[in-house]
Amino acid sequence: MSKLDSKIPAGPLADKWKNHKDHMNLVSPNNRDKIDIIVVGTGLAGGSAAATLAEQGYNVKAFCYQDSPRRAHSIAAQGGINAAKNYQGDGDSTYRLFYDTIKGGDYRSREANVYRLAEVSASIIDQCVAQGVPFGREYGGQLDNRSFGGVQVKRTFYAKGQTGQQLLLGAYSAVSRQIGKGRIKMYNRHEMLDLVIVDGKARGIIARNLVTGEIERHSAHAVVIASGGYGNVYFLSTNAMGSNVSAAWKIHKKGAYFANPCYVQIHPTCIPVHGTAQSKLTLMSESLRNSGRIWVPKNIEDAVAIREGKLRPENIAQENRDYYLERRYPAFGNLVPRDVASRAAKERCDAGYGIENNDTHEGVYLDFSTEIQKKGKEAAIEKNIHNPTDQQIYDLGKAWIEEKYGNLFVMYEKITADNPYVTPMKIYPAVHYTMGGVWVDYNLQSTIPGCFVIGEANFSDHGANRLGASALMQGLADGYFVLPYTIADYLSADIRTGEIPTNSPAFDAAEKEIKDKVNFFMTNNGKHSVDYFHKKLGHIMWNKVGMGRTPEGLQEAIKEIEEVRKEFWADVRVPGDANGMNMELEKAFRVADFLELGQLMAKDALAREESCGGHFRWDHATPEGEAERDDENFKYVAAWEYQGDDINQETMHKEDLIYENIEVKTRSYK
Amino acid sequence: MSAQKGLNLTLKIWRQKNNKTKGQFETYKISDVSTDSSFLEMLDMLNENLINEGQEAIAFDHDCREGICGMCSLYINGRPHGPDTGITTCQLHMRMFKDGETIHIEPWRSAAFPIIKDLVVDRSAFDRVMAAGGFISVNTSGNTLDANAILVPKEDADNAMDAAACIGCGACVATCKNGAASLFVGAKVSQFALLPQGRVEAKRRVLNMVKAMDEEGFGNCSNTGACEVECPKGISLEVIARMNREYFSASLDQG
Ligand SMILES: Cc1cc2nc3c(=O)[nH]c(=O)nc-3n(C[C@H](O)[C@H](O)[C@H](O)COP(=O)(O)OP(=O)(O)OC[C@H]3O[C@@H](n4cnc5c(N)ncnc54)[C@H](O)[C@@H]3O)c2cc1C
Ligand code: SF4
Ligand code: FES
Repeated sequence: MSKLDSKIPAGPLADKWKNHKDHMNLVSPNNRDKIDIIVVGTGLAGGSAAATLAEQGYNVKAFCYQDSPRRAHSIAAQGGINAAKNYQGDGDSTYRLFYDTIKGGDYRSREANVYRLAEVSASIIDQCVAQGVPFGREYGGQLDNRSFGGVQVKRTFYAKGQTGQQLLLGAYSAVSRQIGKGRIKMYNRHEMLDLVIVDGKARGIIARNLVTGEIERHSAHAVVIASGGYGNVYFLSTNAMGSNVSAAWKIHKKGAYFANPCYVQIHPTCIPVHGTAQSKLTLMSESLRNSGRIWVPKNIEDAVAIREGKLRPENIAQENRDYYLERRYPAFGNLVPRDVASRAAKERCDAGYGIENNDTHEGVYLDFSTEIQKKGKEAAIEKNIHNPTDQQIYDLGKAWIEEKYGNLFVMYEKITADNPYVTPMKIYPAVHYTMGGVWVDYNLQSTIPGCFVIGEANFSDHGANRLGASALMQGLADGYFVLPYTIADYLSADIRTGEIPTNSPAFDAAEKEIKDKVNFFMTNNGKHSVDYFHKKLGHIMWNKVGMGRTPEGLQEAIKEIEEVRKEFWADVRVPGDANGMNMELEKAFRVADFLELGQLMAKDALAREESCGGHFRWDHATPEGEAERDDENFKYVAAWEYQGDDINQETMHKEDLIYENIEVKTRSYK
Repeated sequence: MSAQKGLNLTLKIWRQKNNKTKGQFETYKISDVSTDSSFLEMLDMLNENLINEGQEAIAFDHDCREGICGMCSLYINGRPHGPDTGITTCQLHMRMFKDGETIHIEPWRSAAFPIIKDLVVDRSAFDRVMAAGGFISVNTSGNTLDANAILVPKEDADNAMDAAACIGCGACVATCKNGAASLFVGAKVSQFALLPQGRVEAKRRVLNMVKAMDEEGFGNCSNTGACEVECPKGISLEVIARMNREYFSASLDQG
């Protein structure tokens, strides 16, 4: 029997959330301190949830693997956060944000969830401003907005190029306030290694204290997983080095379904790979596409000359540049959604026009010269400078760019030693965000009762492609405004349960399993480091489960990953001691999970015989090379059920996606 | 790559098993380091070599590797975050070093940041200072005012943003001869002091945070300015001046 009940409330779309809230069970304030909640992860999703739950009066135990909640991966988000405030009066509304998100996600997300996201988005901005988040403002004192790829309104709020940082510090300050009050007990440098289920309900976790090495038991009435995305399965990605899938994967192995694992977003504007020692990729905010034009040389000889260092891009005349996004997608130009922009870059580089000087030739230009000219002329008029010189125009334009994106330009120069005000930036797509994740119902509950999943770790809101600036929105929506309501409905049955003991057989068994695994790693004495296997996995994933997929490639990937998995368990070497800090041991646990997930991703990608969003199958493309979706047969969420060690045996459950309020159309940005 | 050079380096690295044992410098050689690599990628390479030789990898803190999480630390050749300015260790690139150079790598050293292992220190004192008042006491209920109902002059918002850019890395503490945390605390106090939302409880906030800072064992600020020089986010000494003003006016009120 399938457990996939999405629990979408009845009634008109615009009233669903309100009606649901009106009818859910509550836990009265005097009963809330009888209830413990574990929150794994303190990024935007987990941090906002922990703070809100603590404020409501529950006892919250929060965990993160870093030394402080302030360092969660959310801190790295640059560009901004969406909200349907319509402050710019350009026709934005809840419905339009909902519509853009569904369309941007290639009609593979759940209508009711997305509508709710759009509905609560406006409150997020109010909340954050009240917390002291210093969003960008106009001279009149009001909030400023910019626009992001895939939409035609300005609804993105930002704090310079550090929006994620400021939102996370806002959530962290709310968490800090509750820690100070003794309402949140914070476990820094702790990693969740398993979920404990008692009588069919999530009742606790096993965690490793990363400083002492101790394996600890923690119990609660409910467990919230907010552990972020799994892009690091590719080894090279824009994710923080520690980002991992372990918490989500462990609950999957305990019965939570894993949905749409093959939906991975490849971000179009990252700094290209420089060499074999590279450990991670750096994103250049997508907001740059508002001011930059993307091109490669029109003539292949020029591309070759650039690669050989014989020609500078500044010296290629306008007419010899191929602004391929503007050429192919005149309506959206450089602002097409990420999957479209990424594929177009790959197409040009595969055709031989890439400009990066390495084996792969992977790289295209992001050029600010047009914008510098335009803004320089505008500024000259504003400053009453008649007949400005070229230098004056350049200086004024540069000042404008500096004000808007200065920190990104500095960062780029530090990494590449190139000055992007003069020479166009080199960019190439890189693995960025994972739209797949643990399957959850409308209440954000997984298929394990009492185990909730929020933020990037769940699958629900972005479909097959995520529009820019909407991950931050989802994380905070889930944490501040959705989960705190829906979890109460579940917990209302638990007010008489009392504290959950940690000396039960379920805790014994879970702890033993982890201790055995620690012993295995410490004594295996193999030949290769953990990274050796991770890089191997990453290589397979990027080449065969990356931007363009074929059935043959996916079949090969499944087999090859299985071989790497076997080799890993036979031959991994983890030096050092388990009774103290051991970062190699931490990595070993994470990579073991990535290996299993990688195989499932390939399996999911093979089963989805269509192209949509981040999932592009070469055997399902139009003659012009655009993605060809198959709504007839694939308008569903693929939710995988674990069936033991052999990942090939996982079974798929389908949740049909029903669009009642939106017409499913071919996505076109032409 | 054509421009790439392979550096051969000698590394003197602080090794310490845990905070109960004594540590010492160990010497390592590494060759053929690309000048395009980051400093942490160079350490990854060294660790890979060590593991292949059956030795224990060197522990160091890092996560985002984009200069924003504040997790990486490292005292390199006598300077927090190394010889370049305005960046964190993860953004330091090997092109800053010369072939044949000897590089000294140590953890942050400060009474308030005890060593956990090798190059990793415990910076949770910063979290405790934050829990003492580094916030605006607003409930996360979603029933707040419309965001545009609070007008903030652009200059104030920009200045608040500049102060809020602190990543909590602790370089300011590590470089200070007194081990003071004034730049970190001053940054947070300033962010809120500049915004209307934060004014209501400004007095309470600064008194509590400064008290917590003293209790955590951070030293006194003697306005030497080393912190400003080493701060990767360009937090300026003005934030300390602002914190002091806030503190004195709050203490006077209290007195
Ligand atoms: C470079 C970059 C730029 C981005 N820019 C934008 C942007 O401009 N706009 C936008 O909307 N989105 C952006 N995103 C995406 C967005 O930042 C993320 O999707 C979002 O922040 C994820 O938040 P989260 O709370 O779900 O997870 P995270 O912030 O990743 O938090 C995960 C938490 O889980 C903890 N954790 C993980 N595993 C365990 C475990 N086993 N045990 C204990 N703790 C664990 C971690 O310690 C951490 O606290 C960007 C992402 C990147 C990488
Ligand atoms: S003030 Fe600067 S040096 Fe100090 S913690 Fe903040 S960012 Fe680091
Ligand atoms: S690793 Fe995040 S700032 Fe260096």
